[in-house]
Amino acid sequence: MTAVALADIAFDLILCALLLSAALAALSRQPLFGAVIFFIVYGVFAAIAWLRLGATDVALAEAAIGAGLTGVLLLGAMARLDAAAHTEPGFGLAEALTAIAAVGVTLGLGWAFLALPEPGGLQQAVAANLAQSGSENPVTAVLLNFRAWDTLLESIVLLAALIGVWALADDAAWGGRPGLRHHTRPGGVLASFGRVLPPMGLLVGVYLVWAGASQPGGAFQGGTVLAAVWLLVAMAGVVRAPHVSATWLRAALVAGPVVFLAVGLAGVAAGAFLTLPPDHAKALIVTIEVTLTLSIAITLAALVLGPPENAEQAP
Amino acid sequence: MTATAAMTPPALVSLALALVVALPLLGALLAVVAGRRGGAVALATLGATGAALAVVVFSVARDGAPVLMALGGWAPPLGIVLRADGLAGAFLCMSWLVLGGVMLQGLHRFGPSSDPPAETRAGFAFWPLVLLLWGALNAIFLSRDLFNLYVGLELLSLAAIALVAIERKPETIAAALRYMVFALMGSLLYLLGAALLYAAHGTLDTVLLAARTPAGLPDHMAAALITAGLAVKTALFPFHAWLPPAHAGAPAPASALLSGLVPKASFFILVQVWFGALPDMTDPAMPLVLASLGAVAVFYGGIMALRQERLKQIIAYSTVAQLGYLFLIFPLAGGDSAAQPWAAGAWTGAMFHALSHALAKASMFLCAGLWITAAGHDRLNGLRGMAKATPIAAFAFGLSAIVLMGLPPSGAFTAKYLMLTAAFASGQVIWAAVLVLGGLLAAIYLYRPLVLTFARDMPEGLTAITRAAQLVPLVLAAAAILLGLASAAPFEFLQIGRPEAAAEGLE
Repeated sequence: MTAVALADIAFDLILCALLLSAALAALSRQPLFGAVIFFIVYGVFAAIAWLRLGATDVALAEAAIGAGLTGVLLLGAMARLDAAAHTEPGFGLAEALTAIAAVGVTLGLGWAFLALPEPGGLQQAVAANLAQSGSENPVTAVLLNFRAWDTLLESIVLLAALIGVWALADDAAWGGRPGLRHHTRPGGVLASFGRVLPPMGLLVGVYLVWAGASQPGGAFQGGTVLAAVWLLVAMAGVVRAPHVSATWLRAALVAGPVVFLAVGLAGVAAGAFLTLPPDHAKALIVTIEVTLTLSIAITLAALVLGPPENAEQAP
Repeated sequence: MTATAAMTPPALVSLALALVVALPLLGALLAVVAGRRGGAVALATLGATGAALAVVVFSVARDGAPVLMALGGWAPPLGIVLRADGLAGAFLCMSWLVLGGVMLQGLHRFGPSSDPPAETRAGFAFWPLVLLLWGALNAIFLSRDLFNLYVGLELLSLAAIALVAIERKPETIAAALRYMVFALMGSLLYLLGAALLYAAHGTLDTVLLAARTPAGLPDHMAAALITAGLAVKTALFPFHAWLPPAHAGAPAPASALLSGLVPKASFFILVQVWFGALPDMTDPAMPLVLASLGAVAVFYGGIMALRQERLKQIIAYSTVAQLGYLFLIFPLAGGDSAAQPWAAGAWTGAMFHALSHALAKASMFLCAGLWITAAGHDRLNGLRGMAKATPIAAFAFGLSAIVLMGLPPSGAFTAKYLMLTAAFASGQVIWAAVLVLGGLLAAIYLYRPLVLTFARDMPEGLTAITRAAQLVPLVLAAAAILLGLASAAPFEFLQIGRPEAAAEGLE
């Protein structure tokens, strides 16, 4: 065994140990803030694990959405928790039963994994049809052509989540702006970062979408980075969150899925729902990706900003 | 393009099938932009989708064969196929009817405020959520791909959870959160099982999975995970705890969707997995365990319904009981075909039950919604004399009660008749006892609301309810009765594209 292979094994073992301990810490840490931080740490380790497995697209998504965005959402939720109503969770019978069930499922999965037949994925079928898909990146070809129906539904799931969050607004605050106005110290760290980082973030976000056609990246990853840019600018007090009833906001939220559905329905003329004729597939995929990125970015940012909280009405 | 000729239906039918899944989603997106005019968008979507659905159903019935469409022109295992067979068509039609009722009643609760004409929070959220829920249902009823079904389930659950929370009271938000914990646990278990099947067989398509080389342990583990996950989503005892507070806490039109349709989707997937993808997988314990839990649900739900003091809670616990019957399909389907008067009798019976329960349960919740509007609450004593104040709604409630009891001439009676025949023919008398005693229990727990509703005194101080509003639940209840009166046509229709295991059984 070469030294490189040994180092690889050592790296993987350490990564596994770190993953497990971060997960354990996320479950057991008190107060909640510590648990959320370890959840984010866990997401970062998971992204590295995906990289080790050669799944760069999944790693990007895990880092951007799993660790980054979900972490911010959890921190936001924590800030909204009523400190007085907060109860310290103990370890009782229910928790013990849940732990036993979880360990049982894990052991069963491990056992079943060892008994799996030779890997029989669809890599060959994907490679054979890649030329007709309109994308050189097999992951993009699966997401936007071979299994576009999944992706279309997934992008709408995000919207359902946002409507669910908005539905929790105060009735009197409906139509207002989400969250409170952020004030930052002029010349402070946040105010400076809020002006320096966004251009770089924009570049990275756009690059991720553009690169998705041939390399790892795509609408969900790029959208998350763009959402982060907007949030940063909003937190730095440079721009204010829009009114939830603003027509441009509503239109931007649904533009991606609407375009995707329209392209899908037009595909019926070429044979079936969601058919992308090979000659136009690339252009159609780019169109869908760009509008989807816009909608995903705005939906994710709106999710973090939360329901409208001030009674101020739209003009 | 690798699509086979069998997966390219005529252009009009292709378009109609695409519209059946696309229009509700498109409607939801437009409703987000339309704001206070969301109700109008929803009604337009209802009409257009109804026309597309009619084309699909007519085509299936005329050809006597399922309509298949390989999405994007990619045949499985690479792509996803939509399959409109008799079962899917029946569930789609039933959902359309229930959605129609829910939307018409929703116009009163969630229409725009009149003065000034402004968008309200609940008035904004209700319409996209209802349309998304419908889109998810249609996607599930037509998909035969295990991962695509997972995405559909996620959309369905999220929309349903948000509808539970829409009243924005502490107790309904708590109910929604509890629902979310259960729903996510169910999704995760299901997804783990689907991933295992893909790892073992390189496909997620149920038809291709049925022709797989069995993999032993991974198959069994996957089946157990998928079944457990879907049982949680279908609120099978002992995973039912999320259902009563969620269904009783949501606004009545939403409850009609949640109780009538949502658990049917996860049950539908369970049937696709066991009868479509893995019919050879059964060990003798599985049907027995599922049916036993179903039987416990029938009695537990019935007894709990008996102890409730609020109408919506009675109806919600009744759903726990009624969903229990569906799980009798596992031991009863098939069996010795020589001993059965009809092949696939019990399988068809369970589907009749799912359809008629959905219609009757939606009708009951819509009645409850009208009475809450009339009296201001749903405590049982407030029902006294409602038959005088709202005779049409009371009649609808009575018809629905007949369905829940499984009495003739309702569709639920056809269901029970088919399942009872199968139980006796295959010598499984114990399940026959569950069917009969469960019906009796339903009669007992519905006795109190019925007697109060039809009491002779005239209630006072009620908000008037228009006849048109009362007709909505009546149409749904009448459809559930009609399913029994004219059962031959739906019976034949359900057999189109029916899985072989429905006639041959799982063992």
